[in-house]
Amino acid sequence: MTEPLITPPTPRIQRLKQRHNAERRFQFYGQFAIASAISFLAVLLLSIGWKAISAFAHYELTLEIDRPDFAERTDLSVTDLNLAVRDELLKLFPELSTGRMQRADLFGLAPRLSILPLTRRLQQDPSRASDPVTARLVVSDDLDLYLKNDFKTHWSFKVGAAGRLARTRSGAYRLTDAGPDGFVAFQDELSRLGETSGDTLINLAGAWFELSRISGATLILNHLAGPVPDLGEQSARPITATFLGTQSTDRQLSNRQIALVILLKEQGRIERRFNSNLFLNADSTYPELAGAAAAVAGSIFTMLVTALFSIPIGILAAVYLEEFAQKSRLTRIIEININNLAAVPSIIFGLLGASVFLNAFGLPRSIPLVGGLVLGLLVLPTIIIASRAALRSVPPSMRDAALGLGASRTQAVFHHVLPLAAPGILTGAIIAMARALGETAPLLLIGMVAFVSEVPRSPSDEATALPVIIYKWFSGAERAWEPMTAAVIIILLVILVAMNLAAALLRRRFERRW
Amino acid sequence: MLQALGHLPVGWLLIAPLAAAGFFAFTIGRTEVAALPTGSSVSARLNSQPNYHGYFLAFCTTLPAACVFLLYLITAEGFARGVLQSELPTFLLERGSDQVNLFIDRVANHAQSRGRDQTGIELFDASVDRYAQLKGQARLLAVFVAVLASLGGFFWGRRQLERSFPARGYVERIITGLLFICAGIAVLTTVGIVLSLVFETVRFFSLPDGPGVFEFLFGTNWNAQTGQNFGAVPLFFGTLMIAALAMCVAVPIGLFSAIYLSEYASPRFRNWAKPILELLAGIPTVVYGFFAATLIAPMVRGFAQWVNALPFTPEDFLAAQPTNALAAGLIMGVMIIPFVSSLSDDVINAVPQPLRDGALAMGATRSETIKQVVLPAALPGIIAAVLLAVSRAIGETMIVVMAAGGRALITLDPTSDITTVTYQIVSLLTGDTSFDSAKTVSAFALGFVLFGVTLVFNIIALRVVERYREAYD
Repeated sequence: MTEPLITPPTPRIQRLKQRHNAERRFQFYGQFAIASAISFLAVLLLSIGWKAISAFAHYELTLEIDRPDFAERTDLSVTDLNLAVRDELLKLFPELSTGRMQRADLFGLAPRLSILPLTRRLQQDPSRASDPVTARLVVSDDLDLYLKNDFKTHWSFKVGAAGRLARTRSGAYRLTDAGPDGFVAFQDELSRLGETSGDTLINLAGAWFELSRISGATLILNHLAGPVPDLGEQSARPITATFLGTQSTDRQLSNRQIALVILLKEQGRIERRFNSNLFLNADSTYPELAGAAAAVAGSIFTMLVTALFSIPIGILAAVYLEEFAQKSRLTRIIEININNLAAVPSIIFGLLGASVFLNAFGLPRSIPLVGGLVLGLLVLPTIIIASRAALRSVPPSMRDAALGLGASRTQAVFHHVLPLAAPGILTGAIIAMARALGETAPLLLIGMVAFVSEVPRSPSDEATALPVIIYKWFSGAERAWEPMTAAVIIILLVILVAMNLAAALLRRRFERRW
Repeated sequence: MLQALGHLPVGWLLIAPLAAAGFFAFTIGRTEVAALPTGSSVSARLNSQPNYHGYFLAFCTTLPAACVFLLYLITAEGFARGVLQSELPTFLLERGSDQVNLFIDRVANHAQSRGRDQTGIELFDASVDRYAQLKGQARLLAVFVAVLASLGGFFWGRRQLERSFPARGYVERIITGLLFICAGIAVLTTVGIVLSLVFETVRFFSLPDGPGVFEFLFGTNWNAQTGQNFGAVPLFFGTLMIAALAMCVAVPIGLFSAIYLSEYASPRFRNWAKPILELLAGIPTVVYGFFAATLIAPMVRGFAQWVNALPFTPEDFLAAQPTNALAAGLIMGVMIIPFVSSLSDDVINAVPQPLRDGALAMGATRSETIKQVVLPAALPGIIAAVLLAVSRAIGETMIVVMAAGGRALITLDPTSDITTVTYQIVSLLTGDTSFDSAKTVSAFALGFVLFGVTLVFNIIALRVVERYREAYD
């Protein structure tokens, strides 16, 4: 039995290799963790930004309303102007005035209330009502979404030359081919596109039809919009087809509305514009008319109350704890309590607000005053902790110098320490305000989710706040709410970034190393 | 007139005249004392600067009035309600105190609403008018007493002012007292939270249609919207499950980020990577909720449907709901990453360098040093960080409200929609004004449990952090 005195070198080198591999793996885990956290952030911001882009622009329908009879009227209402708009639309498409369905399609392009801004303008300045005015109507949310997404996928192509156009007893039209092949090429093209997956519109001399079916060498068409050409021989006018890619049963818009939109776009009456409603309007039940103005005002009032309440009290409390308090049981309890309070879930503060401010004090629901107080209590511990850190960073020599020259404790603190700590305190306060601005749950519990259609003018008017309106619009049923919600999120994030940048700049500008 | 005054919601605007009175008193005090003849002998000199006399007089004027307003704020509502209740006709009073309170709540709400109009119900309108009248009376009384108190304070304070009066001492004592009160507000908040939660919880369990404590804590059937079943176990289960999912994301990513940033990364990389990580903590939770519900939840659902369609899994293997626990848990985990990473970063940095140097000198690689020396030394702090993160996850509201759904289920399937304590609190308390049904009050009982659990987690975590900090300092 002879044991080798020295272990052979190979296993040891192998072991070293293993250890180095483990080292590399471990380092990779760390890199992977950071990369995944950062990519989460990137995906979040990009996906929300992507959704929001479409909400910052919307489509508007432009009409000239020339109604001299409005001159004497001082009591113009939404209904009056709406009737004028409908008359104007019927003037553009007289062929649609006969049927109820046709009219409903035409009038459904823009919601009734989209005339409201013009109505208000005319009510304030009745002298202008007699002149022709340009009405810019926001199109309905379904149409807006269609124009933004599906409209680009329309596929138009030439079909050939028209032969005879005839009308059947049921009101449909029959169109034959002027050429010899009897729409065979057209049929091939349609089956290539996948006939059943979408409807096809046919344009003949400015009139739009929907293709109902092809029977033999004849197209059976239903009229949608535009003046129908005279029946009979069409002297080989060109036929064009537009394949929609969607079926009318699968979408909110009818084929007639799509034909109308094509015609209106050709006339330049439907155009894409910046969505100023988003910044100027208050909340609405129609996503195409809703805006965040009331929520922004509500948030400003709430933040005002929060700042006026929590910043002075937070700073004074920090001054007491850092500069005046003796090390006693009581101060220890206060300190532990503040640290714990900073970690209490925000929804608990909402419960506190609901039971104390609303129930016991009897303050009204849904007002920024109550919301601001609740958020003030919520961020108070954060402000105290930040202010204490700022006060602690002022070196004791400053205090000693002041005291040595005969200042009292109060004078030393208020004349010397506090001004030196001010930048740090202010930075902490701004960051705390940014946190309060994003809080939602406590505001839900004190009723700031109420529907508010007017911009609040004081902290005791009913109001909502930006994060609350995000939650509220998110819960809306229509599909158009989603980009709107994303747009408000972008507004909120921009404000938050601005606040945090201000804090960072402040810190950099006034930071002092002792 | 009284009614109009009672209706006015701007009582807090009284701060402005109060401030004006304070400023006036300050000027009087200062100029009067500054005008006193002074000499060079000690007894002839002013004891304090004229400014301090001004401050003293200002405090004398404003503090009593402020106390009166505070008293008004606390008692006026009770006074108006009490008087109104004593004047209500007997047939209403006979219906029991719950009904009477509900009636008075409605009256109070109506009196404060902006466009107060007649409802046409005679008793109700009369009560609203009477209520507004009572509030107006209380307000008028408060203003009257406040003016008297501040005048009294002013004249009393003015009599004190003389050369030898130690104004500065008094002013500084008052300032210290005010500072103490400010510090005490934080304590008052906690007391307010505890009292309101305890009070409403006790009321919940004593309501005739409320459950027993045992049923609430151990019952497995939750159906609060109809006010029938109050067994909160499914809620506790859902909360813990989502928190556990969140921890599965947050702890590994947060911990490894912290290790890499503090042990491997160059200062330059650290300088820009750390603020970016902390951005995750600055994003409002409602934004995370939107992201979870619109992007992640459909992805989870699609994945679950794909799993269900696999040949070796049964059709309904996963629930594949449009809102699901997994989406909420994942995104909550992302939200919590910076909490774990920055707290762990602090504790890892607090481990003394000689420990690392020793291990490296013995021939350990850096990862071995971290695994066998640094992490064991930092373990208590890391556990505290995880505890704080768990308490944060339990109390998180908006993400679960938007992405987790509301069905009270006990299931281990992460793609099913389950509900949490915070979700139920929000859904029970939004849009309901009366605090008298078991449905609304049950939210406070849930809040009490939530507060208690998070408090325990926080206290343990903060203690560990503190003790640990002492160990290496």
